[in-house]
Amino acid sequence: MNYIKDTITLSGRLIKHNLRSLDTIITVVAMPVMILLGMVYLFGGSMQIDGLPHSQYVSYILPGILLITIATGSAYTALRINIDKTNGMFDRFRSMPISKSAVLSGHVLSSVIFMLTSTAIVLGVGFLIGFRTDASPLEWVLILLLIIGFAIMVTWLSVPFALAAKSIDGASSFSYLILALLFVSSAFAPTDNMPTALASFAKHQPMTNVISTIRDLFASNNVGNDGWLSIIWLVGITLISWWLGTRIYNKV
Amino acid sequence: MENKIVVNGVNKSFKNHHVLAGVDLTVSSGSIYALLGANGSGKSTLLKIITGLHDMDTGEVTVNGLELTRNLRQIRQTFSLNSQTSTTDGVLTGFENLQLIAKLRHLPDPTKVADDLLNQFDLTDARDRRVAAYSGGMQRRLDIAMSLVGEPEILFLDEPTTGLDPKSRNDLWEVILDLKRRGKTIFLTTQYLEEADQLADQIGFLQNGHIVATGTPSEMKKLGGHSRLQLILPNTDAIESAVKLLSDFDISEQEDGSLMVNLDAGVSTSLKVLTLLSTHNIPLSSFQVLAPTLDDTFMQLIKGA
Repeated sequence: MNYIKDTITLSGRLIKHNLRSLDTIITVVAMPVMILLGMVYLFGGSMQIDGLPHSQYVSYILPGILLITIATGSAYTALRINIDKTNGMFDRFRSMPISKSAVLSGHVLSSVIFMLTSTAIVLGVGFLIGFRTDASPLEWVLILLLIIGFAIMVTWLSVPFALAAKSIDGASSFSYLILALLFVSSAFAPTDNMPTALASFAKHQPMTNVISTIRDLFASNNVGNDGWLSIIWLVGITLISWWLGTRIYNKV
Repeated sequence: MENKIVVNGVNKSFKNHHVLAGVDLTVSSGSIYALLGANGSGKSTLLKIITGLHDMDTGEVTVNGLELTRNLRQIRQTFSLNSQTSTTDGVLTGFENLQLIAKLRHLPDPTKVADDLLNQFDLTDARDRRVAAYSGGMQRRLDIAMSLVGEPEILFLDEPTTGLDPKSRNDLWEVILDLKRRGKTIFLTTQYLEEADQLADQIGFLQNGHIVATGTPSEMKKLGGHSRLQLILPNTDAIESAVKLLSDFDISEQEDGSLMVNLDAGVSTSLKVLTLLSTHNIPLSSFQVLAPTLDDTFMQLIKGA
């Protein structure tokens, strides 16, 4: 089918962009690794989490770090979409006899591939510094699906922002919103010790659900309600962003 | 000649701002049509409507005899568009840019198509260099090469030479004229009168949302212009006496100090002027007869609006 062929061709172009931009690779891979190392070796000693020996702190924060990796990648997704919009590349593609949506799908596909690759690298570093998991093969599959789902969600979420932004700087700034949400979650410390108002926000926002689910799956624990809530959040936000994104795209 | 593109009464407004107010134009097969207009006159909007990127409010466009909006997919097989900003991908090499377009047009041998075009446009040496490192002229050449992938019959070029140095501009004009020799129909927008003069078979002046004048370059020049006699005098005394002496003529003093005599009544007027000057012993450094230019037409049309 031409739609799939065109999407793959167009994402191939963007994968070259990612691979040829040293800046992208450094930011997207090195920053989460630095946060991981910093949290484990600089602050980790001072972090006391009830019922958790210090040696396992890396296992506690790794799910959050993986999501930070994906969120950082989304800044570049937004950047590349915005550049294609402003410099006329969209016009060239869209004036060609190809499926109109393939242009956007190409961006989404390359973004998800890039996010998964960088997440795999960060996970590898996690293993090197002592991350251990009891996850069964089935739980690994669920983790992978959840991470893919999160990458798709964040990518689509970046689309309306990238298309609506007047400048390149504006396009990538939304990723700080996701990063902020990740910091105000259970990523680095349990929400119980936060001030009440903050804690109730942190407990009920999507990032905490996704992080808890991944954490439980890695530890081979029962995921409980977090699992369903994660799926609802991910599907819901993806659908809304997809609807909004394609609407704006058709007008650009 | 067969009509390749027909635009009929196209209207387009953005939030109460009437950008196009009933545009009509016709482009015949195998010709170059230059849409001329100042910045913000709606040239790019019209181009985007004809290529199906923007919807029009009312009006009709036919390309190759087919109504545009209902046959967009089919029509897109026959044309390609170069946007105002050079639409090459700076991160990819020249070869990869061409190969990308060839793949998207589903051609059987993208590699061969890309290499042939690099060769045609004298870019083979730069084949594997990133386009960001190309000169402005090379980027525009590649841009046009990308538009030729799949041999479309019609090329839309939005301000193809804006921002180029004179040498690259001349080179690109040659490229565009060569495309015409190959039978392509070319629709270009430009703000350079000289460009329209050099390239176009037909010129349309777009202003305030209308095509206010249309014709061949020579017709357009006649429309706004007249020949003029330029007199250059050695000093202010001479200028003063000349102005007095020639008060019966349509004469004006230019900023550079020269005198300009309108030759509307015929070129022989210049003989009378020169004879008068010499019989009154007014010294003259030099003189010349200026033919009408597109600038004159352009200025006239702008003033008239």
